[in-house]
Amino acid sequence: MKEMLEALRDASRQAIDAAADMDVLEALRIRYLGKKGELTAILKQMGRLSAEERPVIGQLANQIRAEMESELDSRKAALAARLQELRLNAETLDVTIPGKEVRLGKKHVLNTVLDEVTDIFTGMGFSIAEGPEIELSLYDFDRLNIPENHTVREWTDTFYITEDEKVHLRCQTSPMQVRVMEAMKPPIRILAPGRVYRKDEIDATHSPMFHQIEGLVIDRGITMGDLKGTLNTLMQRIYGPDTVTRFRPHHFPFTEPSCEMDLQCFECHGAGCRVCKGEGWIEILGAGMVHPKVLEMSGIDPEIYSGFAFGIGLERLAMRRFQISDLRLLYENDIRFLSQF
Amino acid sequence: MNLSREWLNEYTQIAASDKEYCDAMTMSGSKVEGYEVIGEDIRNVVVGRVTEIVRHPDSDHMWVCQVDVGGTTLQIVTGAQNVRQGDLVPAALDGSTLPGGVEIHTGTLRGQRSEGMLCSLKELGLEQRDFPYAIEDGIFILQEDCAPGDDIRDVCGLRDSVVEFEITNNRPDCLSVRGLARESAATFHTPLTLPVPHVKGGAGDIRDMLSVEILDGELCPRYSAKMVRNIRIAPSPKWMRRRLRASGVRPINNIVDITNYVMLEYGQPMHAFDYACLHDGKIVVRQAREGEVLRTLDGNDRAITPDMLVIADAVGPVGLAGVMGGFNSEITDETTTIVFESANFSGPSIRHTAISLGMRTDASSRFEKGLDIQGTIPAVDRACELVELLGAGDVMDGTIDVLGKAIENTTIELRPEKINALLGTDIPEDFMVGTLRELGFGVEGRTITVPSWREDCKLSADIAEEVARFWGYDRIASTDTRGAAVQGGYSPLQLFRQKLGEVCRAMGYTEVITYSFTSPSGWDKIRLSADSPLRDAYTILNPLGEDTSVMRTTSLPSMLGVLATNLNHRNMASRLYEMATVYRKTGEVLADERPVLTLGAYGDGADFYGVKGAVEALLRAARTPDVRFTADRNEPAYHPGRCAAVWSGDRRVGTVGQIHPDVCRTFGLDELTFCAELDSVVLWELRGEEAVYTPLPRFPAVTRDIAVVCDTAVTVGALTECIRSAGAEELREVRLFDVYAGKGIPEGKKSVAFSLTLRSDDSTLTDERAQSDVDRILSALRERLGAVIR
Repeated sequence: MKEMLEALRDASRQAIDAAADMDVLEALRIRYLGKKGELTAILKQMGRLSAEERPVIGQLANQIRAEMESELDSRKAALAARLQELRLNAETLDVTIPGKEVRLGKKHVLNTVLDEVTDIFTGMGFSIAEGPEIELSLYDFDRLNIPENHTVREWTDTFYITEDEKVHLRCQTSPMQVRVMEAMKPPIRILAPGRVYRKDEIDATHSPMFHQIEGLVIDRGITMGDLKGTLNTLMQRIYGPDTVTRFRPHHFPFTEPSCEMDLQCFECHGAGCRVCKGEGWIEILGAGMVHPKVLEMSGIDPEIYSGFAFGIGLERLAMRRFQISDLRLLYENDIRFLSQF
Repeated sequence: MNLSREWLNEYTQIAASDKEYCDAMTMSGSKVEGYEVIGEDIRNVVVGRVTEIVRHPDSDHMWVCQVDVGGTTLQIVTGAQNVRQGDLVPAALDGSTLPGGVEIHTGTLRGQRSEGMLCSLKELGLEQRDFPYAIEDGIFILQEDCAPGDDIRDVCGLRDSVVEFEITNNRPDCLSVRGLARESAATFHTPLTLPVPHVKGGAGDIRDMLSVEILDGELCPRYSAKMVRNIRIAPSPKWMRRRLRASGVRPINNIVDITNYVMLEYGQPMHAFDYACLHDGKIVVRQAREGEVLRTLDGNDRAITPDMLVIADAVGPVGLAGVMGGFNSEITDETTTIVFESANFSGPSIRHTAISLGMRTDASSRFEKGLDIQGTIPAVDRACELVELLGAGDVMDGTIDVLGKAIENTTIELRPEKINALLGTDIPEDFMVGTLRELGFGVEGRTITVPSWREDCKLSADIAEEVARFWGYDRIASTDTRGAAVQGGYSPLQLFRQKLGEVCRAMGYTEVITYSFTSPSGWDKIRLSADSPLRDAYTILNPLGEDTSVMRTTSLPSMLGVLATNLNHRNMASRLYEMATVYRKTGEVLADERPVLTLGAYGDGADFYGVKGAVEALLRAARTPDVRFTADRNEPAYHPGRCAAVWSGDRRVGTVGQIHPDVCRTFGLDELTFCAELDSVVLWELRGEEAVYTPLPRFPAVTRDIAVVCDTAVTVGALTECIRSAGAEELREVRLFDVYAGKGIPEGKKSVAFSLTLRSDDSTLTDERAQSDVDRILSALRERLGAVIR
């Protein structure tokens, strides 16, 4: 009987190893280990054995059963692994086929740059203020110390709403300085972006409507050095740490001293080229220390407080940043343009 | 303002190169726009003497000249007929350049070698006005003091640089050579010499012939005059013509040139007029009288009004003060005696007159900035000094000088600490005093006396600027702003609007920015009724054009315009949004400016429900409570059957729909164009509370699908509302999944299928309880809307 068992073990081992698929394997399990299987059949003859032989053969039979089960299991696992491998191979995709398109909308490039600027300033403790575009001359001119005979008041320069010249489309965001000073007490740190209007025909660099970003800081001991520091930080954050600026004297009725800030031309690094029209510098914004009269008119004592203000042209900033050559593109809103940024 | 550096050097010698000069002036506050080197494009052109001239053997009009160009003699062929032996002529040598990029090389003309070219005025970039003795057609025969070999640029005064300054409104004193000389000297710390004019006179006393009266001292603070007899009109000398041309002024004749020259030199406009035309030798500066008419120098009759200032004689006006002289007092060939007027007028008054008559002149644009009240006498003296220098007439003794109001000196306290505190600097007081003195300010102790030409300086801050710009803005160190900590950031409203934009972009809508002004025709294009309140807009009185003449009251035309642009550019699909401010009248002076979130879509399967879905997503993001959509057949811009009013409770939030085919046609759009308008201000006002956590369900839900058949007219909204209000306690969600009409459904009916989610919060829902809810719903549908289970 021992020989029979061992022969069965050898035969089953060979058969299991050779099984090519799950069905064959299952058939083998039934053939050897099933109720009517070969192992069972042999064990049925145990009764004929002597009392000494019976436990020995019984132990052998159990061992062979365990071996057969384990061989079946491992063969099964091996077959499963191979089947999966085949399936995975069959499922191979061309991963170079483009993904399913997810269309995200884009922010307008002007607002992309504006948000960049406002983020920088909110980080410096500035709040964002907004105000009317149809504005009183009182705020846009008078309280900004703009004299009666200033050219900006002319009908060739400013869009008027009323004949008495008391209401017009604001030609700068500066009236927000007055509105802010009227609404709050120092310390003030405000950024006021918005649309402004000037009577310029539309061309590659002009538009009758454009955007400015007004800044105003008022506190005790604010200096022109602070003005420079703030604007230099802005420029380096927007255009990179190597950005070179220069401040040169200028005139605005509502600041004193006043300045304009130029950026060194990226193209020629100051040597003068076509981009900067030979100047080496590109005018980028106007700024200055808030005029004592403007402070006074808004009820702030210039002997105690000082401050600085600046106005940035958003279009110019964005065009420079993204090398956009024609301002009209910004307002044409062709989706092929808008989706580039 | 164009400044000749040659002229500048008369007052202060500056050796810097043009570039260095321009950079330094820009940095000290006189912004340079650019500069031009005169004669730059003329190279290798010299004076030549024609030593021999013979006819060209093979030409009937050309001449062969032997020309001494300073030591060597060249053979040059010319086609001009005015050259004679012994003439001095400009000779362009081999390899020379002329204006316009012309290059001259040795060549052969009909077999005769020509080693250069003899030049005409025009070929040198000159005009006959520069050299009146020269002829226009022919070689420029030089009558200058020169010798063969001399560089033609030196001989013709073509060696100068002209610097173009952008002078700011506050500095009319810098609209003059002397003013810029003062700035230049202070910039380069060079000695400044500003000569005082000296007039000999001797042709009788002006007071015997002329009297001046100022009737309005506010409008005319000062009027000064001198007279010249025996006028001898002639061209002015070369040096004067040259400087005028360099400054961009055309030379005319000696008297006119003198007035222009003095205006450029001193910044004070001068006017010369014929004494013979003055009735009774009397000048009255007064406001115009009702109905007066003045024919100005340009020959136009001007209707003048009492708010304008005129120069009049005993009878009537002879000039429009500060703007233009009168035709009747113009200097002519018959003129023998002239009056030089050098006056000071009120800036705003001159500006007003010039604008209302539409005649901005060189003089008026200077006067309107407000000129130096002390500048009238030196200027009129200088004019007379030049008359004597040029021999243009005999100057009379004495000056008429009438003051309309007292002259006041401005003094400012010098506060070095305050200036340094404002600038963030440590500038020594000595530097401040030195700079101010270089600029003509008087400084005694700590009292600054502002010179009369610096009306812009009134406060310590003005002094700070004077100091800072010569100290150098670049020497002010950049610092971080100190001071009390301020809480910055965006306001909740700003964040709310940003969020709406984010949602739009996440849904694939791209932001656009359009003009806030628009054309009134846009209202017709979107079919607004004639009495629509949206036609009551803020109108720009002086628009650029009709297209940009009204402030928009609706954002729809802008959006449709952009959609049409994109379609025209063959962009097959667009999903766009704009936070578009509209401007509505409120009865107050200023507008109600409210941003309207506007969506626009066409192409790529755009449909009503797609845009409505976007609106719903936005309303969820905005936490708008109690959202409803109702059919709106009355929005003129929209398809009457495909337009919904959007509500939150009983407040209208906006509109969504398909654009009316007529509107699409006028904009050139496809019929399947969809828009939505949501009032961001109303959304902000109605926004719900911040979300609070709701526990997730602990017990499983049961889903039941039902399909009912009802009349076509019954809306899904009504069915849903009915299901919700049927009293099914465990109903948690109703979701439409099918609407069907056609085969199998009777005519006039439709089948609507919903998926119902039922769930209990305290136990697993039994089939019986679920079924009883569903039964309740079905019976409500049947009883209230006649919708029966399919």
